[in-house]
Amino acid sequence: MNRSEYKWPYANESGMEEMVQSDVLVLGGGLSGCFAAIAAARKGLSVAIVEKGAIEKSGSAGTGFDHWESACTNPCSGVTAKEIAEAYVREQDWYSNGIAHYIECREGYDRLLDLESFGGKVRDTEDEFVGAEFRDENTKLMFAYDYKNKFTIRVWGSTFKPALYRELKKLGVKIYERTEATGLLVSSDSGGTVRGAGAMGMNVRTGKFYVFRAKSTVLAMSRPARVWLFDPDLTGLCEFRPMQSIGSGHAMGWRAGLEFTMMEKTVRAEFSAAGRSFPPYGAGNNHNTWYAATMVDARGVEIPYVDRDGRELKTVSERYYPAPGQKFFLKGGVIDNPKYEYRGPETLEFDELIKRGYQLPFYADLSRMPESERKVIWGMMIGEEAKTKIPIYQNYTDRGFDPSKHMLQSYGTGWQSANFLEQERQFFGAPGGVMHDWDLKTNVDGIYACGDQLYASDCAGFACATGYYAGRKASDYAKTVGLAEINSQDVQAEKERLYAPLYVRSEEGITWKELNSAISKAMQNYCGGVKCDSLLLEGLDLLKSFEKDIVPSLYAENPHDLMRTHEVMDILTVAQIVLHASLARKSSSQPLCFMRSDYPEIDPACDRKHIVLRQEDGKPVTREVPLDFFGDLEEEYEKRNQRYIREEAVHHE
Amino acid sequence: MSNQKKVDSKEAFNLEYTVSPVASSVNPIIYNQELCIGCNRCAQVCQCDILFPSKEKGRHPIVMYPGECYYCGACVMVCPNPGAITLKHPLMNRAKFVPVK
Ligand SMILES: Cc1cc2nc3c(=O)[nH]c(=O)nc-3n(C[C@H](O)[C@H](O)[C@H](O)COP(=O)(O)OP(=O)(O)OC[C@H]3O[C@@H](n4cnc5c(N)ncnc54)[C@H](O)[C@@H]3O)c2cc1C
Ligand code: SF4
Ligand code: SF4
Repeated sequence: MNRSEYKWPYANESGMEEMVQSDVLVLGGGLSGCFAAIAAARKGLSVAIVEKGAIEKSGSAGTGFDHWESACTNPCSGVTAKEIAEAYVREQDWYSNGIAHYIECREGYDRLLDLESFGGKVRDTEDEFVGAEFRDENTKLMFAYDYKNKFTIRVWGSTFKPALYRELKKLGVKIYERTEATGLLVSSDSGGTVRGAGAMGMNVRTGKFYVFRAKSTVLAMSRPARVWLFDPDLTGLCEFRPMQSIGSGHAMGWRAGLEFTMMEKTVRAEFSAAGRSFPPYGAGNNHNTWYAATMVDARGVEIPYVDRDGRELKTVSERYYPAPGQKFFLKGGVIDNPKYEYRGPETLEFDELIKRGYQLPFYADLSRMPESERKVIWGMMIGEEAKTKIPIYQNYTDRGFDPSKHMLQSYGTGWQSANFLEQERQFFGAPGGVMHDWDLKTNVDGIYACGDQLYASDCAGFACATGYYAGRKASDYAKTVGLAEINSQDVQAEKERLYAPLYVRSEEGITWKELNSAISKAMQNYCGGVKCDSLLLEGLDLLKSFEKDIVPSLYAENPHDLMRTHEVMDILTVAQIVLHASLARKSSSQPLCFMRSDYPEIDPACDRKHIVLRQEDGKPVTREVPLDFFGDLEEEYEKRNQRYIREEAVHHE
Repeated sequence: MSNQKKVDSKEAFNLEYTVSPVASSVNPIIYNQELCIGCNRCAQVCQCDILFPSKEKGRHPIVMYPGECYYCGACVMVCPNPGAITLKHPLMNRAKFVPVK
């Protein structure tokens, strides 16, 4: 097809502007944003939600998820919210989001019941798994991982986003879809106090410009991506999280002076199906969705599971119980290689297997498991987990895969079927993000954050619980203030910044892909596995030159392209936040996966702290915050949430 | 940034958007026109917005930006006519399975 054959199918509204006013503004319509909007609407406030995609299927959980973690208050749970939240904090050496984890553990199950009331499926209502060891016959809830303590629930997550979307409409939330938020509006009063005033954005189909004025704003735009990993051909597969989420919430927050922490934490990449790994959950393994699949080696010899003391487990059932003397174990999204205290059953370590003569490749062999376990992994979990219903379950079934007859290959030496280089990094496993207080408020009044946009964020239950909580607190604040003034110069400047690439001639222009490639190469070179001041500074220098010399040459031919171009401008900002954060930490750290050749000492006591970073007058400013700044989790939570506990929390006998 | 160009809203309004399918090494989405009724539900939900409605009523959408596909399957999930739209992994991502031993 040539250019003349296909015309842009949507209205051309570039240069048009609409002003929207609401009490509460939510940016991002994933799980956390939807729940923030619902909380505010339930309080009777007017709410606007801005989503780049279409809420029905957008975000990390757009097509589903299968595990609901830390449902500590469900009627079958053998653990308390305090126990699990504190375990996470200890497991992550205090580089953990204690506040958000506690909110998740304390309120998460309430949100799951909300989802059920909106029409989501959270229990085995069709009695497909009657009699299974993981199913509670009274509540029909189904559990994963630790069958003794029952605090991770298997859910039909593919029903959740459509249910949330219906609920937003029912509550009268004003929905702006296909609209990217691009910048925050802040205003300062005569005393110099800064507060949030709303945001600006652009429709990615028409190019229409929006000004959203609000009394409080909730950031729910997930976390950065494509900073080290970029593939101009298979861009949508570069990262684990959706293509749409590249950290624009971080970038606009940085520009507005918001504080961040742990941005120096990055891990060697684990997922990028554009190259070194496979479609998530699509290769043989025994983690997460596939826990605790039976694994065999190339000869078909079964690989033993062991408990934390190295005792070989004889039955499949034993893989789901704590070791003798252990109260509970932790497994899930961010739990990688847990401390002895929390370590659950696991297959024997790779090195030991090779020593004992096990042969590659390994396979997941579900045929050797009891039928209920096989059916729940292949058909329920693979089916409800994000990106599995069609990409894995249906595709593999169409190719003839039958889990009672076939075994699925695992690639490489680990279970991730991934093989990344040290400099190929990713924001994964509770990375850095927005710093906040007990109200999930940022350092700027009237601006709140939730879900994956928070530092050390985690999973779906975390997103739903913190979303609702942030929405609640943002509403309380909105009730006490009027709309803040906005500065028309800020608005005009943003408009110019947004549209500029449309005016660059294609022959002279640089595409977003070319810039993204250059950024990720720069970050691999200057901010890879091992860091040092001189390289980090060199990296900053190069990125600054991109900002000055390359950004003005970025070219876009339509609003879709413009959205991608804005994304890469934001990636450029995020990359600089990472460099500043890395420069600020003058030692190495295990929990932060942060290695320095010039400061090799690992986790010296004087550096065990948050180095909180923000931008002021174009310069990075830091302050230090103790790792246990959140105090006693239960006490501090109860101090601030009596009304919720009385009126909204679900209480069980 | 000082070097941004000034946007005159009248000038902006006269800008013409252009678009044409961007080549990629893969074809993630395959339509079957025999089964597709051209309802555009798939284009409506794609969070990456890579599917564009056809100009002709009743015809399947166009995969405008195949390289931006996240391979989530949302488009297939909402399609009212099974088989009208298929998701296909890049060849390198097709994991192998064999009969159990
Ligand atoms: C493949 C996969 C499997 C997972 N499995 C599980 C699981 O089994 N259990 C579990 O607990 N967790 C799981 N997770 C994690 C969980 O899905 C996420 O942590 C959770 O959905 C985060 O919610 P969120 O609202 O913070 O972000 P998201 O749900 O990702 O939503 C962010 C939203 O912001 C929008 N957005 C981004 N930028 C802008 C902008 N500039 N303007 C407007 N909108 C914007 C995006 O389009 C998106 O809709 C999984 C994640 C993935 C990717
Ligand atoms: S698989 Fe997902 S990203 Fe790809 S076209 Fe379908 S809806 Fe869009
Ligand atoms: S949803 Fe199905 S029937 Fe409708 S346009 Fe897409 S492929 Fe065709």
